[in-house]
Amino acid sequence: MTILDLPEAHSLHAKQHPPAHEDDAELTEKTVFGFWLYLMSDVVLFATLFAVYAVVGRSYAGGPTGKELFDLWFVLAETAVLLASSVTFGFVTLAAQDNRKTATLAWMAVTFAIGALFIVMELYEFHHLIAEGAGPTRSAFLSAYFALVGTHGLHVFTGLLWMIVMAVQLARDGLSATVHRRLGLLGLFWHFLDVIWIIVFTEVYLIGVL
Amino acid sequence: MNPLLGKLTLEEIPYHEPIIMGAVGVALLGVLAIAVVLQRYRLWGWLWSEYITSVDHKKIGIMYVLLGLVMLLRGFTDAVMMRLQQSMSLDPNPGYLPPEHFDQIFTAHGVIMIFFVAMPLIVGLMNIAVPLQIGARDVAFPFLNSLSFWLTFSGAMLVNASLIFGEFAKTGWAAYPPLSQLSFSPDVGVDYYIWSLQISGIGTLLTGVNFLVTILRMRAPGMKMMRMPIFVWTAFCTNVLIVAAFPILTVTLALLGLDRYVGTHFFTNDGGGEQMMYVNLFWAWGHPEVYILVLPAFGVFSEVVATFSGKPLFGYKTMVWATIAITFFSFVVWLHHFFTMGAGANVNAFFGIATMIIAVPTGVKMFNWLFTMFRGRVRFSVPMLWSIGFIITFTIGGMTGVLLAMPGADFVLHNSLFLVAHFHNTIIGGVVFGIFAAINYWFPKAMGFRLSEPLGRASFWCWLIGFYVAFMPLYVLGFMGMTRRLNHYPNPDWQPWLVLAAVGVAIIAVGILCTILQIVYSVWKRDQLRDTTGDPWDGRTLEWATASPPPIYNFAEVPRITEIDAFANMKANGTGMFVPGTPYSDIHMPRNTAAGFLMGIFSLALGFGLVWHIWWLVGLGAIAMTGALLVRLFDEDIAFIIPAEQVRETEMRRLEGVGQP
Repeated sequence: MTILDLPEAHSLHAKQHPPAHEDDAELTEKTVFGFWLYLMSDVVLFATLFAVYAVVGRSYAGGPTGKELFDLWFVLAETAVLLASSVTFGFVTLAAQDNRKTATLAWMAVTFAIGALFIVMELYEFHHLIAEGAGPTRSAFLSAYFALVGTHGLHVFTGLLWMIVMAVQLARDGLSATVHRRLGLLGLFWHFLDVIWIIVFTEVYLIGVL
Repeated sequence: MNPLLGKLTLEEIPYHEPIIMGAVGVALLGVLAIAVVLQRYRLWGWLWSEYITSVDHKKIGIMYVLLGLVMLLRGFTDAVMMRLQQSMSLDPNPGYLPPEHFDQIFTAHGVIMIFFVAMPLIVGLMNIAVPLQIGARDVAFPFLNSLSFWLTFSGAMLVNASLIFGEFAKTGWAAYPPLSQLSFSPDVGVDYYIWSLQISGIGTLLTGVNFLVTILRMRAPGMKMMRMPIFVWTAFCTNVLIVAAFPILTVTLALLGLDRYVGTHFFTNDGGGEQMMYVNLFWAWGHPEVYILVLPAFGVFSEVVATFSGKPLFGYKTMVWATIAITFFSFVVWLHHFFTMGAGANVNAFFGIATMIIAVPTGVKMFNWLFTMFRGRVRFSVPMLWSIGFIITFTIGGMTGVLLAMPGADFVLHNSLFLVAHFHNTIIGGVVFGIFAAINYWFPKAMGFRLSEPLGRASFWCWLIGFYVAFMPLYVLGFMGMTRRLNHYPNPDWQPWLVLAAVGVAIIAVGILCTILQIVYSVWKRDQLRDTTGDPWDGRTLEWATASPPPIYNFAEVPRITEIDAFANMKANGTGMFVPGTPYSDIHMPRNTAAGFLMGIFSLALGFGLVWHIWWLVGLGAIAMTGALLVRLFDEDIAFIIPAEQVRETEMRRLEGVGQP
């Protein structure tokens, strides 16, 4: 199951292999830590995009400004939708901890639906902007806007695909150690995207309409 | 545009260019020769199961090193062509390389040497040494490790594909806009640049995560952070830099790609774009990258100097803190790459001073190595020669760096051959010398036999002398006002120095030939050079406590660590090789998998499709990559058990070799 034995297993006296669940604990610990490191690199990725937006976010090139384009109430609704999906993912985690397979699947379906709604709203907003002539090629401000918000959206979309994969695996294997571990990582990823969105909402939309 | 082949047409293949076709011919002949050998000795299955699908960090390390050495030959050929061109192209002689070819060569030289020579070699050495040095059985995520390698491999192959299909970038290795924008570089060269670096960059990022978890979570019991070998410390700091810096490169190249593919305005002249933002972002990654490469080399010298002086490293703690200080400072000096941007005196002063401060921890390291040698019983083996050559050469390179760190001086010297001489002085004198020291040092561990000493010495002396003859003239030329990347030039005073530099490159070429001969000869004479002890140099760290090459599981019993230089202590206590009556236990190891290899190959298809706008290939490559990943994720049978009895037999065979019971 695992790659590395527990340190205790190497002791001169330990003749037996440790029970499987200890292996899983070790692997989970390493994987969660590795995933955290990946998320930190993702923080740097978003930080770079935020910096780019900070530099050219007011370079309108004679085109529309954020104040003219953004509909704060719509974005607030988007924000509420995404945060709600984080809450429902919390229920996924709770159900998984209680080893309730059906409930886990059900809450994941709810989370998926809400996450998909967020993507649809974002695509609607993008479509609306492009139709108004405010597409990513209009100005540096809009290039940076689409790159930053779009990268976040791509992450959410990846999270949705991941949920489908998890659902299949959950249906196949039940709440195995592997499924538990991967659900934990997906949870980290999903909540992380909320945090990023809060910054997007603040830097792009709130400050943008000032 | 043809939907089947995108922008790719028959005219894109430069069959009328004898130089390019010659290079392609040589490369294809090489591949053919390898294929013939594999077929002749029926080695395809061996190659597949022992290397291509292997998740063993030692095998992956060997493949990284091989990739780096092969790409070194290509990068070096580019260097020879440039030196040859400049040695003859005094006006009105145009030389033998037309400008559009010369521009591709200096770009490809830089890209290949940094991304596909230095990076694979450094990552390869970390793969070979780090798990062994911390007493682990593999890295934290062996499959990811395999994937990292194959992504790096794909990136390198994409660069090589540009030889045959189309052309490479003509922008210089940093690909500054607006030159790298579609309006000034309408061909696919910059696209090759973007996608080869993106693909290999993701591999590097995964390596960073993998090694950080390995080093922080998988050390042998008792090995506290302050007991880790210095090479592990430098590898640790390098991977911190990778995780923190590579995402910046990913974003920068993605935005440049958007400018080229979608028509956005990040770095364009019009639409509010900002070219200096690219330059800032590029170097915010690029400067840490310099230390990503050189820190592990510092680690190698620390291991080598201590081992061949027969003493513990002088000032272990200061070495660690100097490494950490350099890691930190590497993030606050990026602006010294473009003092002439016009950021103002205060900004330039900050970055100039920060740059000079880096010389302090580096100086600490120099004194540590010198004091380690002082009153030691120094053995002048090949790794030690490279180390001493490094100490002298790197000090000179460091001092010219401090000179360039002064914005006032930089305004005069930037973009000149003085700069070219400076960074070659540090990269060759630091990274390349470190890599050769490491290859000579760890070769017996990885392969089970030593490299020939006489040929190793010959290689060292040719490199050392060749380096000085090739690059000292460039310092002079920089002072004489010669700028970099000139296809031809009007000043006759420059030519003698350029001819001298070309002679230097010829001497280095002999050095490279000696290295090739050294490897071939050593493989041929491997039975005489066999390392039966596992400890050919009287080593101090754990990698020497197991067989050469180590068994797949590295250590039958994971050792307990009580001090720095764990293996030296074990030997001093008489417990180095064998604990009598050791009961062996079953060992769990990861199974081989083709998933990493397949994902790498599919990423190559993806990248090629993106370069040529072959959208069906892009879709196919992306789907195939995802498919291979999913198959891997749903596979539950990913590990196997080596029974205790088999471990015992393997260990007994090793002990016979050592000459113990």
